[in-house]
Parts: sequence; C-alpha cells; structure tokens
Amino acid sequence: MKHKHHFFESEGFASFISSVLAIACGLLFGLGILFISNPSQAYGGFMMVVQGCFTDGLAGIGLMLYYAVPIIMTGLSVGFAFRTGLFNIGASGQFTAGAFAAVYVGVKWTFLPEGIHWLVAILAAMLAGALWGLIPGLLKAYRNVNEVIASIMMNYIGMYLVNYLVRNTIYDQMKNQSLGVKSSAYLPTAGLENIFAGSKLNIGIFIAILCVVIIHVLLSRTTFGYELKACGKNENACKYAGINAKRNVVLSMVIAGALSGIGGALLYLSNTGKYLQVLDVIAPEGFNGICVALLGQSSPIGILFAGLFIAYITVGGGNMQLFNFVPEVIDIIVAAIIYCGALSLLIRNLLERIKVKKRQARERGEGQR
Amino acid sequence: MGQAEYVIEMNHITKQFGNFKANDDVTLKVKKGEIHALLGENGAGKSTLMSVLFGLYQPEQGEIRINGKAVKISNPNDANALGIGMVHQHFKLVHNFTVLESIVLGHETTKGGILRMAEARKKITGLSERYKFKIDPDAYISDITVGMQQRVEILKMLYCDNDILIFDEPTAVLTPQEIGELLKAMKQLVAEGKSIIFITHKLNEIKAVADRCSVLRKGKYIGTVEVETATKEMLSEMMVGRKVNFKPQKQPYQPGKTILEAKGVTVKSRYGKDVVSNVSFQVHAGEILTIAGIDGNGQSELVYALTGMIPMEAGSVSLNGRDITEDSIRRRSLAGMAHIPEDRHKDGLVLDYTLQENLILQNYFTQRFQKRGFLKFDAVRSYARGLIERFDIRSGQGEDSIVRGMSGGNQQKAIIARELDRDPEIVIAVQPVRGLDVGAIEYIHQQLIAQRDGKKAVLLVSLELDEVMEVSDRILVMYEGEIVADVKPEEITAEELGLYMAGAKRSVKNEA
Repeated sequence: MKHKHHFFESEGFASFISSVLAIACGLLFGLGILFISNPSQAYGGFMMVVQGCFTDGLAGIGLMLYYAVPIIMTGLSVGFAFRTGLFNIGASGQFTAGAFAAVYVGVKWTFLPEGIHWLVAILAAMLAGALWGLIPGLLKAYRNVNEVIASIMMNYIGMYLVNYLVRNTIYDQMKNQSLGVKSSAYLPTAGLENIFAGSKLNIGIFIAILCVVIIHVLLSRTTFGYELKACGKNENACKYAGINAKRNVVLSMVIAGALSGIGGALLYLSNTGKYLQVLDVIAPEGFNGICVALLGQSSPIGILFAGLFIAYITVGGGNMQLFNFVPEVIDIIVAAIIYCGALSLLIRNLLERIKVKKRQARERGEGQR
Repeated sequence: MGQAEYVIEMNHITKQFGNFKANDDVTLKVKKGEIHALLGENGAGKSTLMSVLFGLYQPEQGEIRINGKAVKISNPNDANALGIGMVHQHFKLVHNFTVLESIVLGHETTKGGILRMAEARKKITGLSERYKFKIDPDAYISDITVGMQQRVEILKMLYCDNDILIFDEPTAVLTPQEIGELLKAMKQLVAEGKSIIFITHKLNEIKAVADRCSVLRKGKYIGTVEVETATKEMLSEMMVGRKVNFKPQKQPYQPGKTILEAKGVTVKSRYGKDVVSNVSFQVHAGEILTIAGIDGNGQSELVYALTGMIPMEAGSVSLNGRDITEDSIRRRSLAGMAHIPEDRHKDGLVLDYTLQENLILQNYFTQRFQKRGFLKFDAVRSYARGLIERFDIRSGQGEDSIVRGMSGGNQQKAIIARELDRDPEIVIAVQPVRGLDVGAIEYIHQQLIAQRDGKKAVLLVSLELDEVMEVSDRILVMYEGEIVADVKPEEITAEELGLYMAGAKRSVKNEA
C-alpha cells in the first residue's frame, strides 16, 4: 500500500502531472478557437498541432530543436534566477545584448581564425548578456531597487541601444538590418545537417543542453548553488550564516544574463538568414523564456523539456497553414497553451487539495467500517 | 432542568487535518463563573479546540453545548452572538486608530449612517473605571504599551457584552506588574459572573487564579483537576507525560577569564534615535549572563550588533581578547561565536530547506562538507543523522524533512544542535525557549548549562522572569537601551527585577 503510493505522491510527479494537465487545458482551449474560426478544418488543423514536428519527419525534428535552442537558454536564465529568489524579466534585453555582441564579432572580427571565430562570438555574447544582468543585480543588491523594474528598463535600453549600435557599426542600409556574419562565425553543424536533412540544425542544441547540465549541477551539487538557493529562500538566514547575500544576488543576475546572452548568440550565429532587424520591438524570446521557465517549474531539466515542447507545437502550428488557418490563430493557440502552462502551479495546488480530500474521504470510509 | 451547570460543554470533539488528529475525543466543560485553565504543550491541540469553539474549524465529531443547549457554531459571528469573546495572543488592533475607535470597530452604533460615539465613550469609560484599567479612550493604539493594548482587547470583549472570555496566552507579553493586574482583573470578571478560559503554559499563573484546569497532550484529553489540590509537579507531569525538573542542576559558579567584552556599544535606529546606548559588559567563561528586560528595550539590537548583523554607531566588541568590531559575521562565527537568534523563522532557518541542509548552514563551506566546491552529500547526511540522534530532533522524514513542517520545538532543537556542535567559545541565545513547552524548555536550559559547566560562556537574552531567575549566574537589566541593573539572582526578588524592567528603579549609572 505504502509503496504503491510512493511514486505518485512524490514532488516531481506532481510537477510533471500538473504541467501535462496545463498543456491539455491549453490544447482544448486551442481546439475551441479553431472551431470558432473555421469549423470544417478545425480537426485537421488541431491534429497538426498535436502531431507537432512529426508531420515533417526528421526535418521537422531538426526544426523543433532549432526553435528550442534560444527559448531553452532564456528559460534557463529566468528559471535559474527564480531559483535564487530573483525574477529576471530582463531576459529579452540580455538576449538582445548578447545577439548584438555575437553579430558584431561575427561581422567585424574577421581576423580571427576559423574554428575560433564562432567561439569568441559566443563568449562576447555571454559577456554582453552578463553585463545586462549585472546592472539590475547591482541595483538590487546595493540600492534595493526591485529587479523586475530595473530589468524591464534594461529591456528597453538594450533594444534601443542595439538598434543604434547596429545602425552605426554593422548596418545594411538596403534591408534595414545587420550585415551578415562571416561564415567562420557560423556555428558548426557537425554533420547534423546530414541526419536532419533539410533543417537548420547546428551544435547550438548541444551548447544549450550543456548549459542545462551545468546549471543543474551548479544548483543541486555545489556549495555555491546551496548558497544561492538559500539566499533565494531566506535572505535573512543567509546573512545570519555569514553568506554574502548581496554578492550572490549580483552573481545570480550575472549568470542569468550570461545564459540569455548565449541564447542570443546561438540564434543569430546559426546561418539561417536571421539578422538583427532595426525595429522597435523587444525580443520575444525573453518573454517566451518566462513561459518556458514556468512550464518547466524552474528546474533546469524541466526547462529543457518545456523548451522542446513549445518548439514542438510551434512547428506544428506552422503546419496548420496547410489547413488555411491564418498565422494569427496559430499564435493564439500557442499562447493559450503557454498561458495554461503558467497556470500549472494553480493546477498543482488544485491536485494537492483533491488528494487531501480523497485521503480524508478514504479514512472516513475506513473509520466507519 | 433550570440553570445548566456548565456554560460551555464541548463533548468528544475530534478535529482532523489529513491524517493528523489535532483533537482526538476531547471534552472540555466550563462552569459558570470559573476561571478554567487549558494547559498543554505546543501542538497539544489547545488552539485547535478554541478555534472549534470560535467557529473557525468544524469538528468531524462531537457536540458543543452553550448553557446546556446544543449549538452549531459555523463562524466567529455565531460565536459572538453566543457571547463568546477571545483575546488573541497576537492582538488584532488597528494601529492608527484611537482606543475608542478600536473598541467599537465592528460594533458601531450609528444613526442614519453617522457614527454615534458619545454612547460608546460613556460605556467604555464606565467599564474602564470598573476594572481599574486607567485607559485613555483618545490615545492612539500605536502610542500605548502592549499591556494597555491588551486591556483594549479585553474592553472590546466586554463592550460586546460577551460572557465567555477566552484568553490565549495573555501574559506572554506583559511585565510582572502588568501580569499581577491582569490576573486581578480576571478574578473580578468571574466574580461578576463571567466565565473565563485561560490558555497558558505557566503553572504559577494557573495556581494563582484558576479554579479548575484541563490538560491536553498530543491532541488527547488527559483530564481535569481542581487546581487547589493539584501541585505544579502534578500538572506538568500530566502535560508532558513524564516528570519535569524545574530547578536545573548546575555546578557551582566559578567564572573564568573574560570571553566576550562589549565596550560602550551604541546602536542607532533608522530614525537616529539611540536604541542601544553606551552598553558595556563582560561575559566570562563558565558563566550564564542574562540580559533581562521587556521586549523592545534594545536587547535585539544589542545582539544584532554583537553578532555583526547590524553596524554599531560607537563602541567595540572583543572575543577572547581580540577586537572583532570590524569582523564580518562569518569571521565572528569562525572565531567561536554561536548565535541562537530571536526569530528562528526569519534568521535561524531556511524553512524550505531540508533538515540536513539547515544543519550545515554554518559550516557547509568547510573541508568536511565540500571538496572543490562540490557538496559531499554522504558526509552531510551522516553528520545530520548524528545530530538528529544526539539532540533528539524529531520530524517526519528524518534528515530529509522540510523544516517548515516541523514543530517549533524541534526547529529550535535543530538550531541548538547546529550552534552547539561547533563547540563555540560563547553562545548568544535570544529567547531560546520562546513559545516552547515545558519539556523542550527543560532540555534547552540543560544544554545551555552544559555549555557553562564546560567552561564556555553563555549570553542569554530573556523576557521571562522564571527563566532569568533560574538559569542565570548574573543578570543585567536593560531599559530603554541602557543597562540599569547588574545583579545576581540570589540577591534579588522577582518583584524587584520587575521594577528594574519597568524602568522604575536603577542601580547602575551610565558613565558616559
């Protein structure tokens, strides 16, 4: 009796099941929207979403992995900060800063030899993202400025500054965007293009997975992670134990920023015709990162799968165009699923309550017998 | 049937939370016009039982009778309508209201939507005079003392014409003088026909005022006794389930060298007022030095300054002859200063960490528990198991229990285990037994005394007179940020100590 319940009543299972339920709710809601917008095609379109990337075989899987990379990175950034008690809403700004640094190095630093160029570009992106995290971190630690506000502002500063810098340094006037990076700055594909033929896949996915593993180990195995999480859960107790809580807040934001920055590099160095557009739009990858972190419940491994899942339905959504759905409807469905993902905590609490009620009922039943 | 014998009968009440029976077939019968003490350790189910009576919880089984009639109480308004009122342990007052406004809140007399305060004022002044509460109806709650605030709460019950009054640990926050006055007022109330349920840990107070006493232990009803015939030992044995040692055994007092020395310590509040002014003292090896005083007289700030958690305005601190005024918290801790903080939830524990993670909070960074930045989980686990065993820390899942779910006493034991196992030169313990039951108090006092007998120093900050008198070797009394007395427990009575604490007397000059 006791053993049977052990797994199903564990923490991890509760997280997992609530995420799955959240996704199911989102899908149902999406189905409703499809029926409203185009009843006759609704079922077929819906199946496209459910089938996701598998409609296109290996190429589809490659596409999913490609889409997943940047949002895993921003998701990791948000989730990591959240585990340490900080709400990093500035992943967009950090992502953009990183993207610019990577593209700048890719375009200008042509003196770098092949094989090192792309690596330097990623490191530059990491530093730029870290800097964009450092500023709200310092403000939070030493001036008690709420990191949410500071990092939102850094999103705008990042966007406009990057627009300005692109225009003045690496501008392609004809297309109102950045110049293309030199081919040596492209991420190596390491033969992945042969396996996932027709996709834009490169080693970015491995870098993302490596980051997931590093953050997972950092948080769960190291004294540094122990300190960071303790500060996130109770800053006063950290101070009491002589942990430098201020330094940890700064470091935490720096690491979060660096992760987003790498995300920017991985997207813009991928030889897929992606250029930095000079537009007054905040990078959506940052906000998607928040959703990914929520859906993954801030655990690095969870974030990896959440990022893959969002990418999966994004690919599926693209295929819905075959059924004459306009892209806006696709966006709504994806948004609905993400929205419900955000509610996964709510669902989790609900499950918890149902479980308690059931247990009570069971005991009362046994009591009467 | 005529007049019912009992005003309250709670028969065979069972209240469950999940698997846990907070009340298991509990019966409580209160006679009209008596003070009925409700005694039990923390988590014995006293609060749950009162919450059931107050309509906050619905019991799974059992019935409640008021004046002989079975009633259903589904919310506090029902309870109020039946004449049941409660003074909560943590007052529920609005700080920027006057006394008058606070009392009528929720029961305002209005005419055409306009407040009619004149009648209320008359009634309240009348009540205040009758019970010698000496209360100013126009004073703001934030300006009056805790004792006065409690009187406001009592007046609030009387204003609503409640006949059954519940006092939830009312003396925890009062000075000895105030306690005396409160107990007198309670006696007057029952003499006028009210009935009182008096929840407390303190056996002295039960002996002083209560007529009968019901004891709960681990959710179960143990029994009801006539207080006159019961001894303190008997009551505590009923409560804890074993014999309790009230007078802790100590070896003779032989102070050694100075361990901790504070010189002219001054701490300013955020608003520039001196909360600790020019405080100097020494703590010696083999000594328990107690800082007594009413809460809020600068004791907390003094300790925060000594441990490095807040900066000092002036003065110096040295440990074993070395000046540590400029040292970080970590360096003080490594130099042998252990700190059992006042607020264990805020400072002492990371509540959402497991027990083992909390037990290494002060030494996770040592070679014993980490190698190149990686935690040694096996070492942590076996260390935690050792402490759990040695200090008898009880919890649901051993070292993997989340600390938030543990009882207050066991949380405190975890902190004590962590701090004492570091073999500190000095232990600074702030109200280490606050909110704990007799068994845990006895245990923690034994641990502190063991430190002292092992020729270490202990600095204890306490608000409880009993604790001050029984445990200390030397007593400093703090009043408004200054030391006003430096005495030995055997040279002073509790009453005299109370006068020092209330600022009515001082024997130490501030030589600033």
